[in-house]
Amino acid sequence: MAEFANLFHGFATVLAFQDVNIFGTTMYLPFNVFIMVVGIVLGVIIGVLPGLGGANGVAILLPLTFSMQPTSAVILLSCIYWGALFGGAITSILFNIPGEPWSVATTFDGYPMAQQGKAGEALTAAFTSSFIGAFFAVIMITLLAPMVAAFALRFGAAEKFAVYFLAFASFVGLSKEPPFKTLAAMLIGFALATFGTDHMTGSLRLTFGSNLLLPGFDFLIAVIGLFGIGEILLTMEEGLKFKGKDAKINLRVVLQTWAKLPQYWWTYLRSCIIGCWMGITPAGATPASFMSYGIAKRVSKNGKNFGNGEIEGVIAPETAAHAAGKSALLPMLALGVPGSPTAAVLLGGLLIWNLQPGPMLFVENKEFVWGLIASMYLGNVVGLIIVLTCVPLLAAILRIPFGIIAPIILMFCAVGAYTVRNSFFDVIMMLAFGILGYLLKKTNYPLAPLVLAMVLGDRAEEAFRQALVGSGGNLGVFFSNALVSSIMALGFIALFWSVISAGISRVRGTNTATAG
Amino acid sequence: MIQSKRNSLFVAAAALGVALSGTPAVAQWEPQRTVEIIVPAGTGGGADQMARAIQGIVAKHNLMKQSMIVVNKAGGAGSEGFLDVKGSAGNPHKLIITLSNLFTTPLGTNQPFNWKDLTPVAMLALDEFVLWVNAEKPYKTVKEYLEAAKKGGFKMAGTGSRQEDQIITAAIEKAAGVKFTYVPYRGGGEVAVQLVGNHADSTVNNPIEAVAHWRGGKLRPLCVFDGKPLAYNDKIAGDLAWSSIPTCKSQGLDVEYLMLRGFFMTPDATPDQVKFYVDLFQKVRATQEWKDLMNNGAFNTTFMTGKEYVEWVSREHTRHLNLMKEAGFLAAN
Amino acid sequence: MSGDGNAADQGPAHRTVEIGMAIAMGLFAILVIYGAWIAGVGWGFEGPKAGFFPFIIGVILLGATAINLRNGLQTSDTKVFAEWSQLKQVWAVTWPIAVFIALVPYIGIYVASVLLIAFFMMWISSYGPVRFAIIAISVPLITFLVFERWFLVALPKGPLEAMLGY
Repeated sequence: MAEFANLFHGFATVLAFQDVNIFGTTMYLPFNVFIMVVGIVLGVIIGVLPGLGGANGVAILLPLTFSMQPTSAVILLSCIYWGALFGGAITSILFNIPGEPWSVATTFDGYPMAQQGKAGEALTAAFTSSFIGAFFAVIMITLLAPMVAAFALRFGAAEKFAVYFLAFASFVGLSKEPPFKTLAAMLIGFALATFGTDHMTGSLRLTFGSNLLLPGFDFLIAVIGLFGIGEILLTMEEGLKFKGKDAKINLRVVLQTWAKLPQYWWTYLRSCIIGCWMGITPAGATPASFMSYGIAKRVSKNGKNFGNGEIEGVIAPETAAHAAGKSALLPMLALGVPGSPTAAVLLGGLLIWNLQPGPMLFVENKEFVWGLIASMYLGNVVGLIIVLTCVPLLAAILRIPFGIIAPIILMFCAVGAYTVRNSFFDVIMMLAFGILGYLLKKTNYPLAPLVLAMVLGDRAEEAFRQALVGSGGNLGVFFSNALVSSIMALGFIALFWSVISAGISRVRGTNTATAG
Repeated sequence: MIQSKRNSLFVAAAALGVALSGTPAVAQWEPQRTVEIIVPAGTGGGADQMARAIQGIVAKHNLMKQSMIVVNKAGGAGSEGFLDVKGSAGNPHKLIITLSNLFTTPLGTNQPFNWKDLTPVAMLALDEFVLWVNAEKPYKTVKEYLEAAKKGGFKMAGTGSRQEDQIITAAIEKAAGVKFTYVPYRGGGEVAVQLVGNHADSTVNNPIEAVAHWRGGKLRPLCVFDGKPLAYNDKIAGDLAWSSIPTCKSQGLDVEYLMLRGFFMTPDATPDQVKFYVDLFQKVRATQEWKDLMNNGAFNTTFMTGKEYVEWVSREHTRHLNLMKEAGFLAAN
Repeated sequence: MSGDGNAADQGPAHRTVEIGMAIAMGLFAILVIYGAWIAGVGWGFEGPKAGFFPFIIGVILLGATAINLRNGLQTSDTKVFAEWSQLKQVWAVTWPIAVFIALVPYIGIYVASVLLIAFFMMWISSYGPVRFAIIAISVPLITFLVFERWFLVALPKGPLEAMLGY
């Protein structure tokens, strides 16, 4: 198979030794491997800092790579991206603050696990799942690149809307809270997503003449506030300390957790497939993680315990997010369409280095493409080793007294909120969302539907309206071909699944939906 | 590609060594602090790429003692960025790179800013627009394309709403007496793929956004919206080069449009300060990296400063006002 | 979640907060409906207009909050939302954050962070001044180096940084 020959050539490129001049001393080392480690470490730092996401991080470091050759530069930048994917889970699990949008779903079970003293397990599960998801995606890229690219071409606006609809439908109807509170929370999320510029007509809406509302509400700001600040307020109410201080802090926890993971092989496989599909279409890592979590909750036999620290609730979103995050690179390389904001920035990098993403890249710049793919394999392994070694260190953070760690978290939340869009107003909104998060949580309004609606809302609306503009206002466009019809049908099944299963369980006399 | 022997700049060293300030200024004005480049658009777009390329070139060749950072302020179709610069009068360490939203955003949304609020520095390049169709389609010339389009129902995919792509679309409609359904998307790459996937009938993508699909045999360029053919003779797709694409005017479609890639400073910038940045950009233009960037994107490399630049901008403003008025894109009140 | 004491003087009633939340959401819904109305709620030739979706969302939200309000009014639940002492704790962390944010535009995020960390450590933990001075200064300083020097990201800075040439 030509792919394997190419891939081995790629490994050779990545592992090649060369003379490297570091601080004036010339050394003979595998420069690209070295670059990889630097990239992963920087990426983890970027992922940990809320707000400074993969896209911003890569954009910020892009100009620094100009003096490198393209292969090394892209390896560095993509490893920052992998590192950020890994790093996003850390603060989600330890402090309930998602470092990245796609780790929101990881907080649902990861944070309860940490509170129960199982931070080490949760982190190990998250990192390992990330690794598996990413590895699956890379294998797919290696073997199926041209086929997958052709599949991605079939996604127009109507198909995209159908994918968002399916992602949303898979997740709703899950919360234990009263249905009308769930509905209200969800609608608030949708409403918040509509503020600012309407991308379809270029006109402003819901800004009420204020410049502050021009950019709309950013999803990350809401998340940092609702989850991060809200959690600190709750912790204050409950008495000044983080739970989970007794987390095990040795490396044995890694092996113990690993022993438990193989039984979840089906969750892994399912999440990998969901993730790859969402990455390619491209819907992105965040919807993928929510969708995977939603489906896992429905089909798992421990589904009822999701939200109380179920390890499967960490595995599902992390696996899918990483599978999506990696496979998002495929449409970028093969078609020039970024599957995620970070991929968009990487795309800019490629253009600067005279590499033209698209169908010809695989033909004309073989060495580059396969070097990048080889670096995905190696970077993933290097990344896993680095983050797993840090598990005890990270779990130990929970032992730092609240009086020290709380203000530092607050500071990073503020820094993060500012860096998302360089806006001071966002920092104020972060606090407002924090107070809102505290009140919503205390009054049993679920936060998850709110944030999901916020992240999917404007994109789904945009795709819906693009499809309708194209069809001249005919709703039939959402059932106009086999592909879009079947995704829509799956979406409706997922949407009414909760009604159906609730009906079945009511008949059986077992009441699943109880108020929390 | 052959492995280069010298990876003399190792990344952390590059990161650490950027901000080294030194010898005192002679007579000329020089930035005393880090210079901010505001991008009134999101990360990853054309303006953002150019700003970051300039940042990288300046750092690599040590063209300035202070470092340069790029800040995206994309909110409200870019008005966030423009309003920020407008409100930073007297701060000589802030520049803004423009795209066509310098004209379209205030006209389309009534945001209180205007190019006259800013101090013009220099035009670095002009972005070209090309009319693209799917290579499977039978029409090979503008004439055949317009005849097909006259039957109605043609979808034009473009980037953004009431911005350059839609303005060009409106101009084509007016010049050729056809009617398109304009479908806005967020990025140029996505627009090109919609065309490849046959979800749209044509686009007016920039060269860089569609070139890969042209090379791959998926798209066909029909004409370029410039006064003269592009100046790049390298073979791109088969025997064709950028210079082989005829101008739209020569094909009977009298539409010209170029997008400004230029810089402006905050209000009240002194001639000294403007001169510093003009000189800086001249140095940037002389580098090989810049030439490669221009070549990749098939840019129009016209460079303008001073009065000439002001006149150009003023003319473009009037043209946008007229085009948008005719198309009904002006804000309601 | 909250204490199950039933004495009303321990804190605000859960019911009151529920009703308050529902009313606040209702007002938000009305705001969204109003804003959507200005933007245009029709269904034009090109599909829905800018205000179409916000309008629908606002209307459904208004309906949902009405039901939540009714449920809140009907409940005979007498538990407290949180004890006054607990709320005092929450307030005690909220106002320093608010002050911190309010200070950022004037003294910059780094100096404000030093003050925030110092304040919390003095208030909650009982460390000697040397120890908290080290932490309160070093954390923002490292952040400063990472963002301003290495990543070249500009965060809000104040007179102190300006004095140092940033």
